[in-house]
Amino acid sequence: MSFINYAQREIILKIVYYGPGLCGKTTNIKFIYSGTNPDARGKLISLETKQERTLFFDFLPLSLPAIRGFKTRLHLYSVPGQLFYSASRKLIMKGADGVIFVADSQRARKEANIISMEDLKENLLAYGYDIDKIPFVIQYNKRDLPTAMPVDELREDLNAESKYPEFEACAVAPDGPGVFETLKSVVKMILMELKKTK
Amino acid sequence: MASQMAIFEEEQTAFTQICERLVRDALAKAIFIVDSDGQLITATGETSGIDTTGLASLAAGSTAATGGLAQMLGEEEFPVHFHEGKRNNLHVSLIGDFLILLVIFDERSSLGLVRLRVKRAYNDMDTVLQAVKSRSAEAKDQANDIFGEITDDDIDSLFNDAF
Repeated sequence: MSFINYAQREIILKIVYYGPGLCGKTTNIKFIYSGTNPDARGKLISLETKQERTLFFDFLPLSLPAIRGFKTRLHLYSVPGQLFYSASRKLIMKGADGVIFVADSQRARKEANIISMEDLKENLLAYGYDIDKIPFVIQYNKRDLPTAMPVDELREDLNAESKYPEFEACAVAPDGPGVFETLKSVVKMILMELKKTK
Repeated sequence: MASQMAIFEEEQTAFTQICERLVRDALAKAIFIVDSDGQLITATGETSGIDTTGLASLAAGSTAATGGLAQMLGEEEFPVHFHEGKRNNLHVSLIGDFLILLVIFDERSSLGLVRLRVKRAYNDMDTVLQAVKSRSAEAKDQANDIFGEITDDDIDSLFNDAF
């Protein structure tokens, strides 16, 4: 649910990174933090365990230029990926305007990707959202690894009907190919969706 | 997900005035109102040095988790919770079904005083919240004006300077 503050003249969009454990959701957000103009970014909050697993969520606020006189602020969240954090994952989904599903390209994570996608659909339904009707994109991360599955196979598992925009990425690389493209795509979809519903 | 929550200047000013009064009456350091999705509505008092955006997000997350705990224990909600620190304390209370009031206070005040003053201010805040809700149709019309005119170029230009 986008938030418009007429007093401050700003629009806030909540975007959630979803995906199986250790697929690179936090890495995406950290890369965006490091690649963003310091004036445009807020403080990165990361609630992690000692094993670098997201315990509750990561949070990064970004400020984009004004659009029609309204400052556009993005609030990026990533949910904990591990199955046992299901409760906190569901809480973070509340009020999301758009979702990015980060898939782990490694063959060993094939099953985890599929389970996480099913879990996402269930959590969205719990808030009355339909995955086919919300701004939603898929990112195939870790494309650089030798164990990465072909994109066709990932698509077959997660996007069989090619309904959702998809991006290949390597969030851990110094130039993070695909990371900003994924984010831009979902922001564009959210704004187009808001325009369309008017 | 295309629905919107909006707040207008009149209600924001009303919330700020209530919070300014509450800061004085409760001898608080700072008071914030955030919505349950983590957006900051207003910040009053000694807020410099506090990452207000991050605070709003964490407070909403913590409140949501507390709500989850309440339901697990058969309660509909824990409408008030409290965090005690060595120097600073945080009193959290729900306003209606979607706003969260955060009162930060130190040794100049006490939990009892904060509780009392928050309780007294509750009705005023709830009245403003009802006003926010009653203007949702108006908010929708105004949002039409903003989003309806957005062009592809507007969207593309959003990213030019930030990344």
